[in-house]
Amino acid sequence: MSEHEHDHPHEPIGDGDGEPPAAARARALEQLLIEKGAISREDVRERIDWLVSRSPADGARLVARAWVDPGFKQRLLADARSAALELGLDPGPSPVVVAVENTEDVHHMVVCTLCSCYPRALLGPPPAWYKSLPYRSRAVSDPRGVLDEFGVELGDDVELRVLDSTADIRYLVMPRRPAGTEGISEEGLAALITRDSMIGVAQPAAPAPIG
Amino acid sequence: MTYHPGQRVRVVARSHEGHHRTPGYVKGKTGTVERAHPSFTNPETRAYGADGLPQQPLYLVGFAQRDVWPDYPGQSGDRIYLDLFEHWLEDAE
Repeated sequence: MSEHEHDHPHEPIGDGDGEPPAAARARALEQLLIEKGAISREDVRERIDWLVSRSPADGARLVARAWVDPGFKQRLLADARSAALELGLDPGPSPVVVAVENTEDVHHMVVCTLCSCYPRALLGPPPAWYKSLPYRSRAVSDPRGVLDEFGVELGDDVELRVLDSTADIRYLVMPRRPAGTEGISEEGLAALITRDSMIGVAQPAAPAPIG
Repeated sequence: MTYHPGQRVRVVARSHEGHHRTPGYVKGKTGTVERAHPSFTNPETRAYGADGLPQQPLYLVGFAQRDVWPDYPGQSGDRIYLDLFEHWLEDAE
């Protein structure tokens, strides 16, 4: 690696040898729990495998089906956990999953101010910004400012509802179906439904122009 | 289940040593029960190795943003919703 020149001071940039304190603490806790027989290494591995196997594609399948099937949409809004099972998806360990619908008049966005509660089973691991202190504090006190930074333009007449998931319930936003998507298949629609649109900090992607 | 959707409730303004799931920014604020969830084990005791029993009813409670943040920069119709356990709520009607 070549020397680089600059005029600002910083900590030495390591090559990964040093373990951050939080990681060292987690490792020590894990070791202790295994020694005491509370969990096994296999439990930890299985849990990690499950978590990284999840992706927003599952949430997108739910929303796409709701866009094309009004009956399914009603079932999704009434009980998202059962709706996920109906599509053969794993809704995760949370006993209650709530889907909320964005409309012309109402926009929902989700945050967890206390930690990083998130519908991991349906969206995969949360993005780093979702766990960051700036998002967690500003999403509740200045949500329109946050949405503006994400590029979401919200009319003054739209009611903005922030959901702070403080307990056992997991929330999934059902974004509005974009205009001009009438002829698109359910699979094609699912491809428009991004992770961020199901957190409520983005609109779904625009359909690709035909031709 | 003590409270019902549509009912006005106030979040108890007490401090609490240790783990709890009631953010400080809504303590003492008055909102409306949006929906009644099932009951769940109590995180305040479960966090310290207990079984969390008896289970506590949980509610989704909505607040006007301007009631929560006096200087709220958004629109007057904007709302914020939190899941709150029954023992943190009192009747405000």
